[in-house]
Amino acid sequence: MAIVYQKSPGLTDAELHYCPGCNHGIIHKLVAESLVELGLLDEAIGVCPVGCAVFAYNYFSCDMLEAAHGRAPAVATGVKRTHPTQAVFTYQGDGDLASIGMAEIVHAAMRGEKITTIFINNAIYGMTGGQMAPTTLIGQKATTCQSGRTAEQAGMPIRMAEMLSTLDGCVYAERVCVTDIPNITKAKRAIKKAFEKQMNREGFTFVEVLSTCPTNWGMTPLQAIDWLKTRMIPYYPLGVIKDTGAEVK
Amino acid sequence: MEKELWKGNEAIAEAAIRAGCNCFFGYPITPQSEVPEYMSVHLPQAGGVFVQSESEIAAINMVYGAAGAGMRAMTSSSSPGISLKQEGISYLAGAEVPCVIVNCMRGGPGLGTIQPSQGDYFQATRGGGNGDYRTVVLAPSNVQETVDFVQEAFDIADQYRNPVMIVCDGLIGQMMEPIEWRPVPRRDLPPKDWAASGRKGRDHHNVINSLYMAPEDCDRHNQHLEEKYAAIAENETRWEEVDCRDADVIITAYGTPARIALTALETLQAEGVKAGLFRPITLWPFPQEALRRLAERPNVKAFLDVEMSSSGQMLDDVRLAVEGRRPVRYLGHAGGVMPTVEEMTASVKAVLKEVQ
Ligand SMILES: Cc1ncc(C[n+]2csc(CCOP(=O)(O)OP(=O)(O)O)c2C)c(N)n1
Ligand code: SF4
Ligand SMILES: [Mg+2]
Repeated sequence: MAIVYQKSPGLTDAELHYCPGCNHGIIHKLVAESLVELGLLDEAIGVCPVGCAVFAYNYFSCDMLEAAHGRAPAVATGVKRTHPTQAVFTYQGDGDLASIGMAEIVHAAMRGEKITTIFINNAIYGMTGGQMAPTTLIGQKATTCQSGRTAEQAGMPIRMAEMLSTLDGCVYAERVCVTDIPNITKAKRAIKKAFEKQMNREGFTFVEVLSTCPTNWGMTPLQAIDWLKTRMIPYYPLGVIKDTGAEVK
Repeated sequence: MEKELWKGNEAIAEAAIRAGCNCFFGYPITPQSEVPEYMSVHLPQAGGVFVQSESEIAAINMVYGAAGAGMRAMTSSSSPGISLKQEGISYLAGAEVPCVIVNCMRGGPGLGTIQPSQGDYFQATRGGGNGDYRTVVLAPSNVQETVDFVQEAFDIADQYRNPVMIVCDGLIGQMMEPIEWRPVPRRDLPPKDWAASGRKGRDHHNVINSLYMAPEDCDRHNQHLEEKYAAIAENETRWEEVDCRDADVIITAYGTPARIALTALETLQAEGVKAGLFRPITLWPFPQEALRRLAERPNVKAFLDVEMSSSGQMLDDVRLAVEGRRPVRYLGHAGGVMPTVEEMTASVKAVLKEVQ
């Protein structure tokens, strides 16, 4: 019998701890498959965040470092500068990257570190139980803004891909989601392209993935997908935000 | 061997390069900026990597990344910057990532002063970061020792998979002294087969991590660390004793004040006062047993602890070792004011009078 589908060798056999309907698992799969298809798995070094993806080191089968909250881009800088020919990536949530780790991500991008950052924007602090993130939408309820976020109290949600795109060191930024097969395909293409451009030594590459958190959004998995499409995408438009540098051969 | 005149901070950087430091990550702060400045020129020439980080937080995390991937990594700073590194140092200790950190101490608290100080003893020896952990803390008292310790620090770090910190006050960093480049004995080191440097055919993936969610696992990890710290205490504790054999009063001091104390001993000797010096070289592990033995000697009547700190920090460790066997008195200043030879001799005499 022909094998039509199998788990990527970029993932271990460990059982994922993510909630039902959470998109973290799909995104892990796309990153793992991309590394394998590009022949980078054996060389790759990943850096996990503090957040729901903290255990990503149990799931990716390449070498991994677990960073302190928000510091993954600095950790990845130390790895990449001393291992310049190897694929290095960070996998970070929106609290991790856009709040506590803002300085580290901006400066890694500014320096044009040849790394790939996979940014999981689920508009909430998942792991700690649903507090407001810098990406939480206006009106969206969280445990630290229980009547919904207001601009007056917390400012407007931040669009990281657009912001990092203003930096010359950032050569590629795309926003994707994984709500259905066409979008999953696009997301995978973006992740692969980011790694290719990294290996081409073009500069800093960034893929923002809009992601569901049914648990802390208080929704079923299907409601969460619908909310992502109808509420998140209008504020965080999908597509390539920046793509410069030499064309990938 | 020929002597060369070197400024402390530049000698620190050169010593690290000679010890095979592959990479340095740092942020400017007085009085240690000559370390990153020297590194920025000379480390790349030696085939290494220099990055000026956006902050001390980033610098220590770059160290975590590079050292976690198997490199000999180093960072240096001065007191306020070392405060920012504490989170990273806790992670390095927890994940057992070896590295070398230099603190060229200045006065605090807060922004304090850029003048030399020893106000970071607690931070260095108690762990300014969270959790039960230890860093090996070496305290040189002149430029030659600083250079020797920097070179050895990388081997100590690699042997025990633990951060090693060198604390010198701003005076040592800024001072020029003649030094010799001595061949430092190389230790037999285990291979870094734990490093997250890419699998490259390895049958398992390596993970650098300090997270142990299950209480039993975290407890076991901490016990493992404790066993390691006990081995370090057993093998690496260092101190120096000067004229302690028949001393009535013993000065305890490290770093620059220990050096000033040597002159004080000469003055006291000329006046017929029997005084000695006990100088901890490792602040952690603290030479507790050696000091306890001195406190038990019949000739020793009292101790005078001297530090560049307002109320004394090492003083706590001295008292813990002496355990009330003899009186322990204190002399110190903060903010860059040095304890003088005159103050030391006067204090020794006052202590002696008190106990006689
Ligand atoms: C220094 C520090 N502050 C706070 C925390 C607590 N903490 C753990 S995860 C987290 C938020 C993670 O949210 P996000 O990055 O959005 O990831 P998600 O769980 O949503 O994937 C926080 C605040 C921590 N571990 N360390
Ligand atoms: S809390 Fe949210 S982000 Fe975390 S695993 Fe559950 S659904 Fe996913
Ligand atoms: Mg989140």
